[in-house]
Amino acid sequence: MAFRHLLGLQELPKEDIQNILKLAVTFKDLILKPVKKVPTLKGKTVANFFFEPSTRTKTSFEIAAKRLSADVLNLSISTSSVVKGETLLDTLKTIEAMQVDIVVIRHSVSGVPFMLSQKIKSVVVNAGDGMHEHPTQGLLDLFTIMDKKGKIEGQTVALVGDIAHSRVARSNIFGLIKMGAKVRVVGPATLIPRDVQKMGVEVFTDLESGLKGVDVINILRMQLERQKKYLFPTIREYAMLFGVNSKKLKWAKPDCLVIHPGPMNRGIEVSPNVADGPQSAIEEQVTNGVAVRMAVLYLMGGGKANEVTD
Amino acid sequence: MPNTDPALDNQAMVEFVNMKSKQVGLIDVKAIGAITKGRLGQELAPIGELFKAGAVAISDDGSTVMNAEIIRRALQYSKMFNITLIEHCEDVNLASDANANEGYNATVLGLKGIPAAAEEVIAARDIIIARETGGRLHLAHLSTAGSVELLKWGKKMGVNVTAEVTPHHFTLDDSCLKGYDTNFKMNPPLRSKEDVAALKKALKDGVIDVIATDHAPHAELDKDVEWNQAAYGIVGLETAFPLIINGLVKPGVLTISQAIAKITINPAKILNLDRGTLSEGAPADIVIADTEKMVDINKEFFAGQSTNSPFIGMKLFGSVETVMKNGRIIYGAKN
Repeated sequence: MAFRHLLGLQELPKEDIQNILKLAVTFKDLILKPVKKVPTLKGKTVANFFFEPSTRTKTSFEIAAKRLSADVLNLSISTSSVVKGETLLDTLKTIEAMQVDIVVIRHSVSGVPFMLSQKIKSVVVNAGDGMHEHPTQGLLDLFTIMDKKGKIEGQTVALVGDIAHSRVARSNIFGLIKMGAKVRVVGPATLIPRDVQKMGVEVFTDLESGLKGVDVINILRMQLERQKKYLFPTIREYAMLFGVNSKKLKWAKPDCLVIHPGPMNRGIEVSPNVADGPQSAIEEQVTNGVAVRMAVLYLMGGGKANEVTD
Repeated sequence: MPNTDPALDNQAMVEFVNMKSKQVGLIDVKAIGAITKGRLGQELAPIGELFKAGAVAISDDGSTVMNAEIIRRALQYSKMFNITLIEHCEDVNLASDANANEGYNATVLGLKGIPAAAEEVIAARDIIIARETGGRLHLAHLSTAGSVELLKWGKKMGVNVTAEVTPHHFTLDDSCLKGYDTNFKMNPPLRSKEDVAALKKALKDGVIDVIATDHAPHAELDKDVEWNQAAYGIVGLETAFPLIINGLVKPGVLTISQAIAKITINPAKILNLDRGTLSEGAPADIVIADTEKMVDINKEFFAGQSTNSPFIGMKLFGSVETVMKNGRIIYGAKN
């Protein structure tokens, strides 16, 4: 790996992304076997620091670390020490002093994993920071596309929904473009961030034209409270204009793949028959997530890509 | 500036500032009184009383008076005392809980952007009200190309309006935010390269009258935290002169005398002070500086306790050597 920490897909070189995806294939094979555990991170400690509520990402990292035989420490820090006046950095320094090798961090403020990587000795893995990046989600989305479509290069991928507040969107944009895909962002004009086209994407505010001819749709979760910030008038109108149902799915290519980072608002951004339909890989993304996170933890823990795959 | 706690909105507090200034006896500290009680934007502060106590202008700096009617009345009322109303231009609804310039860099970094419009709608509103009332308006720390255009329009229409820019806004742009270093977090935010170019041109063309520091020292523990929680602003005083020399005088944006006017006589006029000029009978408040001497901006360079500066690590031309107050040397070499 070119970097000690995994902070985002913006700075991760293509070669490292390829290595992670390749290694994830091996780990996916492993976790589908009856004995799912390997001793590769034995003696290492992974700490999951979640400063924001999360079930699936935290669980996914926990399972990934355990399957690599690491010792895992889970901390959901919403109020505890921060309320006592201890700063974020103090909290992390305290844990670091306990010789934690890898810190997996989720935080509601963009840039916190970067900030920590400058100040603590442990390896930092970003599990989602504010509206910035969610690199392991980006990687598992790449893995799912690779797995289902055979390759990423040349695919046209539409990210649909709240692009402005989405760290998943940003990691997808950086990762997909790096791997040679074409990226479209589709959503209400109020949820398209300023100058996003400079990131190399095409912008659509009309679902039909945005989906026309795409190979993959990545449907983003709509945070329902955005409505209160005047970003869209009603949930119903959002579902009418940007919700993907089986009728609208026909606007895309017939074999278009549907993915979603979860958790889904069924009936809002995606209809149940699309979410559970034959073109959906939403459930499989969860399995892929564990495999990808195993690959990440393995490489960040000092493993070499070829030791496992060759 | 009255964004103190409690707000500087009464005679007693202005007198306290004046008394402290005299006690320390190094420089004159002049108080700017609040426009509204408690800087809450609801009711006018006792502007006459503040003026009589020695306030040199009025401002709710740190916040904008959002109610246009209050600004209209304040501009009418302050005219009686011929004092300037200094506006911090930031529409609170447009800027709500954002902390970076809205644009490409904020988008990539996942930071909530403050649109240029947040500043410009208030600048436009106040210029229009100043045109109607004839009151004296000064726009603090402008940061956008659009504000410059509005200011130009106001001046062309004969409105009694002046404006300032800070050294950081003509030196840095929002591409500096990449490392989430909170020493680059300020309000208004660092804007785009195009905005920086427009501000420099406005300084050159005389559209912007004043360079002011918006000096905001903070303790390390207020800055060494998550981006969203970090305090806004930077130490501005010590680096102002070298930044003016490097950013404006050396590249030929301003002549040295134009640059000096923007930190002396121009602000003095806006605040009705008999300062900022070297002439017979004028107070001997003099700064001697060496524009060819380099200074190292490091933590030791700062005279104050705070070092929250994005300029640490730079080497800049322009060293302040001696400061005289009423003919007495209060800083630097005696010879």
